[in-house]
Amino acid sequence: MPFHYFGKINFVPYTKVTKFADYLKDGKLMGTRCKKCGEFYFPPRADCIKCFSDEFEWVETTGKGRLHTYTIIYAAPTGFDDIAPYIIGVLDLDDGGRLLGWVDVPEEQIEIEMRLKAVPKIFEEIPDIKLYYSLEKIK
Amino acid sequence: MKVGIVGIGHGKFGRRSDATVQELAFEPFREALIDAGDITQHDIDATIIGSSPEYHKQRSLPGVVAEYLGVNPQPTWLTEAACASGSAAIRTAYVAIKSGMQEVVAVIGLQKMTELTTPEILALMGRVGDVQWESIFGTTFPGYYALYATRHMYEFRTTKEQMAMVAVKNHHYGTMNPKAMFQKEVTIEKCLASDKVAYPLNVFDCCANADGAACIIMTNEKNAKKLNDTPIWLEGLGCASAEMSVLRRPHLVGIPSTVEASKQAYKQAGIKPKDVDVADVHDCFTIAEIMAYEDLGFCEKGKGGKFIEEKQSYIGGKTPVNIDGGLKAKGHPVGATGVSMTTEIVKQLRGEAGKRQVDAEIGLTHNVGGIGQYCFVHIHGR
Repeated sequence: MPFHYFGKINFVPYTKVTKFADYLKDGKLMGTRCKKCGEFYFPPRADCIKCFSDEFEWVETTGKGRLHTYTIIYAAPTGFDDIAPYIIGVLDLDDGGRLLGWVDVPEEQIEIEMRLKAVPKIFEEIPDIKLYYSLEKIK
Repeated sequence: MKVGIVGIGHGKFGRRSDATVQELAFEPFREALIDAGDITQHDIDATIIGSSPEYHKQRSLPGVVAEYLGVNPQPTWLTEAACASGSAAIRTAYVAIKSGMQEVVAVIGLQKMTELTTPEILALMGRVGDVQWESIFGTTFPGYYALYATRHMYEFRTTKEQMAMVAVKNHHYGTMNPKAMFQKEVTIEKCLASDKVAYPLNVFDCCANADGAACIIMTNEKNAKKLNDTPIWLEGLGCASAEMSVLRRPHLVGIPSTVEASKQAYKQAGIKPKDVDVADVHDCFTIAEIMAYEDLGFCEKGKGGKFIEEKQSYIGGKTPVNIDGGLKAKGHPVGATGVSMTTEIVKQLRGEAGKRQVDAEIGLTHNVGGIGQYCFVHIHGR
């Protein structure tokens, strides 16, 4: 599955980590690990910044973590005005790395450092397959 | 051999539906030539444009500007570092003059943003984050600084009121700057009640998209002393970068490139933060000015909110900041901003700042590109 399925609007359809979208469709949130030095990356990277190796493997992350910070977008850019206001959060993942995504928690219940989980989703309101993840409370 | 600024010019910032980009460039260029002791366009041996090209319908800006200013066949080129494109142009000019390759350089910061609609600009600016992993969620430029603001509030108990105080100060000084887009006082209450943009930022926490241009004439020490009895010297230049993606930043309570660039600039100039008499910092959002106080070393990390609350950045405080109105009241024509800041510091050091004059020996400009992907800090002296 091409990477252009990732996101409500996708700006970069071609990447070396295009399999991320395949995994996401299957409900898996994957990062990459450098085969040489073992460095873990989320968001995934094809090339290691530590040892400069270009060999990597896919590793599943639980998507669990702590909310580092958030904002609520009221003035939305072109292509997102139909869903505004929406909450964007930054999650510090337990497995390493950070993730930015929509927060699916009522505004008044949001607290910095609260435990959340990034859950793979399919954007159903749109006819084409559009994948994303939302940050939800851990049940 | 020192590098000095011998001429300055500043066009009117705002919605400039009356002019093309090259016409906007002409205004400060003409002013700067006169200011530099009535030199002509033939004395300019290179023209460097600082601008973010994606806002304009006209492609390849230096071409059209150089022709309109009558500076062909001298060299011309563009520098781009998002909102710090103007300071990037100044640094390029410094290097060119220092090397001896150029003698008299016109640096023009230039932007016409209002050819696009606000949602188009929001979309465009949001893409100054990582488009692969972030923009797909509808991030915006205010949204990124809002992420910083939320975390800053959490870690340091910074308040929305303190952020509003930055807007109140900058609009206050904006009333004394005829080139500013806005010349009206605002109140904390009005700021807090203004439309929400990206929590915790309201409209009055954000600078405005604008059109405008500013110009400085830079030259070597020998020429500078001939042309001008009060050349202002570039004593220290710092430049640094930070991760494109905020996800890969070490923390979200300050701009790491500001810390790094300012260290370099202080070192070259041989000064400490407390020696700065007047500063123009990059207040694209109120939280950005609060973080700048801290990252530039005007106060400790986490004390930026207190710094404005105690009016330490007003005239008479520890370090007067953005007393030309800042991006907040002047408007922020992206590429023009770094050069605009420089014209203000030159005026302050010359003693030509009128009602907002401070007694200054050392002035600082701090120009941030994007969300700190680029940062330029310049220290000026008499």
